[in-house]
Amino acid sequence: MKLKKSTVNAVISYGIVIIAFIVCQTMIGAKTMPRTLKGQLIPICVYIVMAVSLNLVVGISGELSLGHAGFMSIGAFSGAIASTWLLNALGLENTTVRLILSLVVGGVFAGIAGVLIGIPVLRLRGDYLAIVTLAFGEIIRNVVNCLYFSQDGLRLHASFNNPNVAGSIIVNGPAGTKGIKAISTLPVGFALIIFTLFVVLNLVNSRSGRAIMAARDNRIAAEAMGINVTKYKMMAFVTSAVLAGMAGALYGLNFSTFTAAKFKFDTSILVLVFVVLGGIGNIWGSIIAAALLTVLPELLRAFADYRMLIYAIVLILVMLATNNPVLQSLAARLTRVFRRKAVPADGKGGAAQ
Amino acid sequence: MVAFLRFLINGVSLGSVYAIIALGYTMVYGIAKMLNFAHGDVIMVGAYIAFCAMAYLSLPPLVAVLLAMLVCTALGIAIEGLAYKPLRQAASLAVLITAIGVSYFLQNAALLIWGSNPKIFPSVFSVGAVRLFDGNLVITSETMLTIAANIVIMIALTLFTGRTKLGKAMRAVSEDKGAAELMGINVNRTISLTFAIGSALAAVAGVLLCSSYPTLMPTTGSMPGIKAFTAAVFGGIGSIPGAMIGGILLGVIEILGKAYISTELGDALVFTVLIIVLLFRPAGLLGKPVREKV
Repeated sequence: MKLKKSTVNAVISYGIVIIAFIVCQTMIGAKTMPRTLKGQLIPICVYIVMAVSLNLVVGISGELSLGHAGFMSIGAFSGAIASTWLLNALGLENTTVRLILSLVVGGVFAGIAGVLIGIPVLRLRGDYLAIVTLAFGEIIRNVVNCLYFSQDGLRLHASFNNPNVAGSIIVNGPAGTKGIKAISTLPVGFALIIFTLFVVLNLVNSRSGRAIMAARDNRIAAEAMGINVTKYKMMAFVTSAVLAGMAGALYGLNFSTFTAAKFKFDTSILVLVFVVLGGIGNIWGSIIAAALLTVLPELLRAFADYRMLIYAIVLILVMLATNNPVLQSLAARLTRVFRRKAVPADGKGGAAQ
Repeated sequence: MVAFLRFLINGVSLGSVYAIIALGYTMVYGIAKMLNFAHGDVIMVGAYIAFCAMAYLSLPPLVAVLLAMLVCTALGIAIEGLAYKPLRQAASLAVLITAIGVSYFLQNAALLIWGSNPKIFPSVFSVGAVRLFDGNLVITSETMLTIAANIVIMIALTLFTGRTKLGKAMRAVSEDKGAAELMGINVNRTISLTFAIGSALAAVAGVLLCSSYPTLMPTTGSMPGIKAFTAAVFGGIGSIPGAMIGGILLGVIEILGKAYISTELGDALVFTVLIIVLLFRPAGLLGKPVREKV
């Protein structure tokens, strides 16, 4: 039986993630994993999912989004509320089941927000679209800062800008969540990465994915071919929001308390940096960039106060180097030489640049 | 009524600062077609320079402001030459990420040089406040200075871009780089000049911002930077009067929203108005809509 090339590539991708998971688990089991790195593993999973999902909007759909952290925020808060409610109201003790259900709730709420935001946002083009996503990200952060949620038996109470809610409080406005059990686990984190890859790779290699990319490459030509551009852009945007919401729920449930301030503009930008450094439209690039750059500040701890300065310089230099015409032609020549030796085979993913 | 007037005047004053910052964004966007995210941090550097000149060297405020403008101009030209010029042909996202890198760099450099403790900015200008309505309405000297500076800068810039040769060159480059080059305009030098003017204005904005809101930290510039950028888009990016109207409206909406609706939701309100404006006028208030051709 001959498999399609995209299927083979997808299976290889899942395989690499599973191997990475086994390596991590073995290292943790053998206690050879450095302490600093161990604490970073779940955030790495979160940022990988964030980067891959943002890449779906920025790379595959070609729209710059500066408010991705907003969806993460919605996912984190709804996931945290769901998790607490499931434990206290239904007595669901099994943490894995509770975590998975919370991720689903986080994804659903972020998806609803994605639809509501996508309707106005996708009417705009280019930089204006970017600034409106930025605006929505800030609005979400501001509004979440004013929300109070509490639980009273089976019932959930919510109030806006009024801290006096009945029952035990779960979300306490600007002070963030309260009394949440940290239940995120590494296996679920890796499972979420595989789920994200499954969704994104299947979408990209489907009829819809080709329509999304056609709309990105030439909107007018795609429309002339009968592609409903808004529908397909919406599909990419909402899928991305759902995945970001799930990542947010995983992130939130990794801590016993977190605030809305965590999901500010800087976080959206951080994820965008992963996407651009990894190569716009290249899924594996996003994964590698997210993993490396989440660890990088930890590795730079030896430089103490200078680490963020070095991070900034590395960022600028990488951008200058990857866009240098001399280096670019050199890289192109090297790839040609490499390709000739290694039988005509296509690289993984769909590098758009 | 007096309270409303007070909020309105505070709003115009804050809006004037936004307008001056927005000018830097809008000019750079108009000419280089890039979102210069580091602009907000140039404001912060300008404010720190002025602070040091006044607090440590005890220079008079006017000299301190001029020094800050000089340093920021040099900084703007340096940033443009080192980080943005090599990327002139690159994808706009690559330039955006580089600008973010520059922004991180400036913030962290400021953190290393000046520390994370907030500095209290001294009053730049003291002629005493104007009191109206039996002292119920106090207009501080900072407020008057900010509004006056905004008007002067706006008139000067309009005259500069409309009347002088360099200003006309700037407009030509922003319309069509290739054609401008054929007409003998030095495109690279014009872009550097734009960055120099934008950064000098950022220094002024930094001093004005910190004389009204006197806590100075390495992150002081980022939120006003984002809001000023919003103001530039609001007014129609690339348009100088648009930046002024956008900035002032945004400042007024923010202060009135904080006063009458909710302190926490002031920022959310600003962004909501922006979204509504962009939905009905996708090119901003004064922007020219661009027709797409096949």
